[in-house]
Amino acid sequence: MNATIKRAAVACMVMFALLMINVNYLGAVKAGEYSTDNRNKRSFYARYGVDRGWITADNGKTTLAKTVDTGDKTFRYEREYPAGRMYAHVLGFFAPESARGIELNENKLLNGSDPDLVVGRLIDFVSKKPPKGASVDLTLVPAAQKVAYDRLRASGKRGAVVALNPKTGAVQVMVSLPTYDPNDLAAPDKAKVAAAYNKLADDDTDPLLNRAIEKTYPPGSTFKVVTAAAFLEADRSRDPETTVPAPQVLDLPDTTAGLPNYGGAACGSGEVTLRFALERSCNTPFGQIGMDLGWDTMRSESAKFGIGEPIQFDLPTAGTTIGPEIETAALAQLAIGQRDNQQTPLQMAQVASAIANSGVLMRPTLINKITDPDGSVIEELRPDQIDEAMSGEVADELKQMMVSVITNGTGTGAQIPGVTVAGKTGTAEAGDAPAPHAWFIGFAPAEDPQTAICVFIEAGSAGNDATGGGTAAPLARDVMQAVLEAK
Amino acid sequence: MTTAPVAEAPAVPMTAKRRGAQLIMLAFAIVVVMGAYASVGLGIDGQIPSGTFTYGLGLAVLMFAAYGVLAKWAPWADPLLLPLVTLLNGIGLVFIYRIEQTGQAGASATNQLMWTALGVVMFSATLIVLKDHRTLQRLTYTMGALGLLLLIMPLLPVIGEDVNGANIWIKIGPLTYQPAEMAKMALVIFFAGYLVAKRDVLALAGRRLFFIDLPRVRDLGPVLITWGLSLGVLVLQKDLGSSLLVFGTFIAMLYIATQRTSWVLIGVLLFVGGAVLAGQLFGHVQDRFEVWLDPGNPEFYSRELGGSEQLMQGLFAMGSGGILGTGLGQGFPREIPLSFSDFIIAVVGEELGLTGLMAILMVYALIVERGLRTALAARDPFTKLLAGGLSFLLAWQVFIIVGGVTRLIPLTGLVTPFLSAGGSALLTNWILIALLVRMSDAARRPPPQAIQNEGLTQVFTR
Repeated sequence: MNATIKRAAVACMVMFALLMINVNYLGAVKAGEYSTDNRNKRSFYARYGVDRGWITADNGKTTLAKTVDTGDKTFRYEREYPAGRMYAHVLGFFAPESARGIELNENKLLNGSDPDLVVGRLIDFVSKKPPKGASVDLTLVPAAQKVAYDRLRASGKRGAVVALNPKTGAVQVMVSLPTYDPNDLAAPDKAKVAAAYNKLADDDTDPLLNRAIEKTYPPGSTFKVVTAAAFLEADRSRDPETTVPAPQVLDLPDTTAGLPNYGGAACGSGEVTLRFALERSCNTPFGQIGMDLGWDTMRSESAKFGIGEPIQFDLPTAGTTIGPEIETAALAQLAIGQRDNQQTPLQMAQVASAIANSGVLMRPTLINKITDPDGSVIEELRPDQIDEAMSGEVADELKQMMVSVITNGTGTGAQIPGVTVAGKTGTAEAGDAPAPHAWFIGFAPAEDPQTAICVFIEAGSAGNDATGGGTAAPLARDVMQAVLEAK
Repeated sequence: MTTAPVAEAPAVPMTAKRRGAQLIMLAFAIVVVMGAYASVGLGIDGQIPSGTFTYGLGLAVLMFAAYGVLAKWAPWADPLLLPLVTLLNGIGLVFIYRIEQTGQAGASATNQLMWTALGVVMFSATLIVLKDHRTLQRLTYTMGALGLLLLIMPLLPVIGEDVNGANIWIKIGPLTYQPAEMAKMALVIFFAGYLVAKRDVLALAGRRLFFIDLPRVRDLGPVLITWGLSLGVLVLQKDLGSSLLVFGTFIAMLYIATQRTSWVLIGVLLFVGGAVLAGQLFGHVQDRFEVWLDPGNPEFYSRELGGSEQLMQGLFAMGSGGILGTGLGQGFPREIPLSFSDFIIAVVGEELGLTGLMAILMVYALIVERGLRTALAARDPFTKLLAGGLSFLLAWQVFIIVGGVTRLIPLTGLVTPFLSAGGSALLTNWILIALLVRMSDAARRPPPQAIQNEGLTQVFTR
């Protein structure tokens, strides 16, 4: 019987060999697939096993997102957003299966998986401590953010406010309304969060959308500063006192329709200085300038402000454009910020910022500094120049004209006592919408700009009365004042 | 005439008792288990659990008692069997304790320790009472009847109990018992006795087909009866695992006894045919097969009955464990339904990784190897067949359940010997080990020395 017993032994050996091979196949080859399957809740639990880094502003003095040790065995660390809705679009949220905003963009640093943090991670692993992430400090100015949020909310309108430090590109304010409470999306409960998220996603007012960067709108008359810059750059013998034709209605080629001024009003005596045209925000002179400069010049000059160019920012941004090349008539319309001219509020703040910074365009950034769990700084804001949007001389001339807009033009609502403010209003027709978008871009103080701003009020969000000068300018004034006082 | 030189007696190889080595290995097994206990506590809340000492001491007292019995009543027994089983039983206790910490209903380390104690009592009793295992040969048909009775007990009214769709439990008062566990061993004893008696007849060649000698048709009787029996278990109790276990072991023993490959082929064909037929008639067999082929399919995953969720959760656990595992106490066993019983191997895979799984499989393989070695060394056919049968039974059971959980073969429910929670299986397996120990003692005991060349100098070899 020994021969058959030996064969049975071989059969047993084969069975064990098959089991061992299969176990190795499972543990080494298929492991990745199984551990990342979304029905495997372990990665979901792991998200809450990390002492995630905090997000702060004002050099750590204001806490925007914090991690709370609940002591729970499954979901030990939970995320909380003390300021709630006010910072929702910048911070985003840390949800069971997704993330957004800074929470997404800086995720690897916040959860400690970034290669920069590998040593600390290893020490945590050996000492069986939960992993700890780096903390991120933002450039936002909490006092000004609050003013922007409160004022925009009080107006009951949808819109966005962006303020930048023109010298560094640091984002001082970024508010978008309507907003949402990120705390609702941070609970470690997939079903609850999914329900909350779907409710927000289905909302017609689109509260999840960051209107400051994620969507483009026609910038209206605020774009005239770009057209003016192109006009001055094209021929350096021109200056603010150069006269330009200003008919009541501008005849457009190949069409019976003409381009009127706002409300069909006259603009001076039919021939005005550039300064006057900008102060009164006349459409016809800028329409003419656009047609005279032509497509290529308009496109290349606006590209120097970053328009139509990819932008490297800490959050995803929508692409901007002055519109496609169609016909000369369209050129007149895009020169005054209409038709297919599409800009984000951040882009228009960049325009103001470049003028304020003597023509130098800085890369916008939200990150002030990133500190590892031991407190040493891994990353710090380093001002980064993107382009020279115009010569310093042209920037000075534009600045003078924008100061006139605030002192004697459409932007008087933005005046701050004791501070020279420069700015430009805009009221843009939004397609078929009955009401226009209202815009304001500007900076202050004009002599030594500390803040450049863009306020955007969405068309028809409440009532039909929003105008750049009446609605956007006073709001911009309050926010700029708050930034200046916070300094 | 000169006298022939005195022939040196052929040196009978003396098997060493190796009791000292066994004691050291036993102590080592207990140290490993206590270390694992402490590690679970450290993994869960950073503290060595207060139970480490009591559980560890409890296990140590039990195992050294078992050792004492073994040393007294089976001194020549294989030295590896008891330490290996102690290690498995201890690791099982640790994992049940670990799963109990997550609050999964049904996992109780205290109960398992109690059953372990009872298992050791049965082990000792078997060794003390059963001085010579060949007495079992006289009980061949009694064992056959007992096995049959135990198998059909869950189908009887009043005591039969239906749990999770399978009729494999009996309930007497507060106690539930899975008689199939004991039945399988009674049946192996019966098969051994029966086959030893009938193997010459069964080995007779009948017609030759291609290169295989077919047995005579009239000898098909026993195979057909066993086949019918296991199909009955499959159909009536919906217990695919036990059915496969009993029939496979029978075929293996039939082959060992008769040396006829044709029996294996006939057996495989019969079982596959029966399973396919059952699959056509009963949904649950087909479900298992479908799920095996494509467990990730969301349709199967979300199916309430006969779905793949448990299998997938086991695979997720082992996948997340990877090569080295998460460490004891740091996995998520409560994600896996029934993690303390059929799927305990998945928990091992998650927390100890494929390294731990390999170690556990190696321990099983060693036990089987020691059993088969006993079968080879045994001196009479009944012992050979019984030791071979019991060893194959163990290997086959590990293959069916671990293969099922790791998706090597379709999943059929069976307990993982010595690891899974459950008294019925633990008791049976301890008796199984006692039988192997008893047989290895007989096989390794040096035979009484024959006196050489009567009339001349008596030569003794010591």
